[in-house]
Amino acid sequence: MNERIINELIESFGKLLMAGLKVSLPLTIASFSAGLIIAFLVALAQIAKVPVLRHLVRVYVWIIRCTPMIVQLFIVYFGLPSIGIKFNSFVSAWLVMSLSVGAYCSETVRAAIQSVPVGQLEACYCDGLTFWQGMMHVIVPQALRTAFPPLSNSIIGLVKDTSLAYSVALVEILATAQRIAARTYDYFWLYLEAGLIYLIICSVLTVIQSRAEAALERRR
Amino acid sequence: MISVKNLTKDYTKADGNHIRVIEGLNYEIEKGEKIVIVGPSGSGKRTFLRCLNLLERPTAGQIFFDGEEITAKGTDINKVRQRMGMVFQNFNLFNNLTVMQNLTLAPVKLKVMNEKEAREKATELLKRVNLLDKADVYPASLSGGQKQRIAIVRSLCMNPEMMLFDEPTSALDPEMVGEVLDVMKQLAEDGMTMVVVTHEMGFAREVATKVLFMDEGILLEENTPEEFFEHPKTKRLQDFLSKVL
Repeated sequence: MNERIINELIESFGKLLMAGLKVSLPLTIASFSAGLIIAFLVALAQIAKVPVLRHLVRVYVWIIRCTPMIVQLFIVYFGLPSIGIKFNSFVSAWLVMSLSVGAYCSETVRAAIQSVPVGQLEACYCDGLTFWQGMMHVIVPQALRTAFPPLSNSIIGLVKDTSLAYSVALVEILATAQRIAARTYDYFWLYLEAGLIYLIICSVLTVIQSRAEAALERRR
Repeated sequence: MISVKNLTKDYTKADGNHIRVIEGLNYEIEKGEKIVIVGPSGSGKRTFLRCLNLLERPTAGQIFFDGEEITAKGTDINKVRQRMGMVFQNFNLFNNLTVMQNLTLAPVKLKVMNEKEAREKATELLKRVNLLDKADVYPASLSGGQKQRIAIVRSLCMNPEMMLFDEPTSALDPEMVGEVLDVMKQLAEDGMTMVVVTHEMGFAREVATKVLFMDEGILLEENTPEEFFEHPKTKRLQDFLSKVL
């Protein structure tokens, strides 16, 4: 490792970090937010036994979980344009990742909701509250607490999954590293640096997770 | 006030077989009455209670509340439940909410009162059970007796016309039973219509207007507390009383 490489790495560090903060992280947050909403709707449709919908969401979860994300990305980014539907790289990645989070986290959310003792909902009923009011104010807040660690797992996993968007021409962390390395041929160091950026972002998220968990614990 | 006609409840077991937990039960509860239901475990007394506010759907039969058939299709059961409080063996306070939020959630969400009125009502009731200092704590930090008194107060916040009690003292440490029974006695004196499933024979004797004995899904005997405890008619009740008294 000579001085040239050190200088190059210092210079590229800023670029990779910016790619992380401007592309990968926003993609993560946007996908996770949308995915979480989907996850709750999917879980509640099953728990509330909404006719028809409860079966449709099972099909959705089945398809998303049983096909690779990179194939889904290719279908949306390279496939859909042939039938006239065009999304740019970011929107394609956001769409696919939201649907993925929605499918995987729906199981987490469903298990968490079902782990809340049935008496809590019965007590809501006895106060005259409806199923949805009980869910909203009593059951889901308690389920979120249970679901928090596994959901944190999912968001950290998602940060790393955003690297798959490289394949649909999104210039995120990995693509940025690849572009610099293509010029300088320092693939080893640049990819190592890309790994370091993911490590930093995910470490920060891990710290946030443990802080947040401690804060939730204090509210008991 | 409540009229139960030919109530039957079957459960489907995991193996697909049906078991009958209540068989053709008829009963009338008048306003202001304090009905205590006793019986061995598995006698159907709890299921009977839970049918009254439709936490359990009867398999057959009808239940009328103030003349309205609540077992009829299309009844707004949430409206009915607003007028009928229930207290559980396991308290079931909302664990994610403070005591005050537990008390005000339903009245405010159901627009029975506004936030300010609900807080005033809750404060007044908390004072009555000597728990005003617990208004801002979460249920996890309360003792069983405190939880149950709060649970009673939570029901009262909805101004119910009657209260159902499902073994309210069975999950309590012995030294906390008294404080909960005292609140219930107070409630009885205030004229509340009550239906209580309990093993507290002292409470039944002291407070009940009628005591019911259920066994194997059948309402076997019903009488005033004096007659019920002093002159039990059936052999089954005599056996039961000899074991619990």
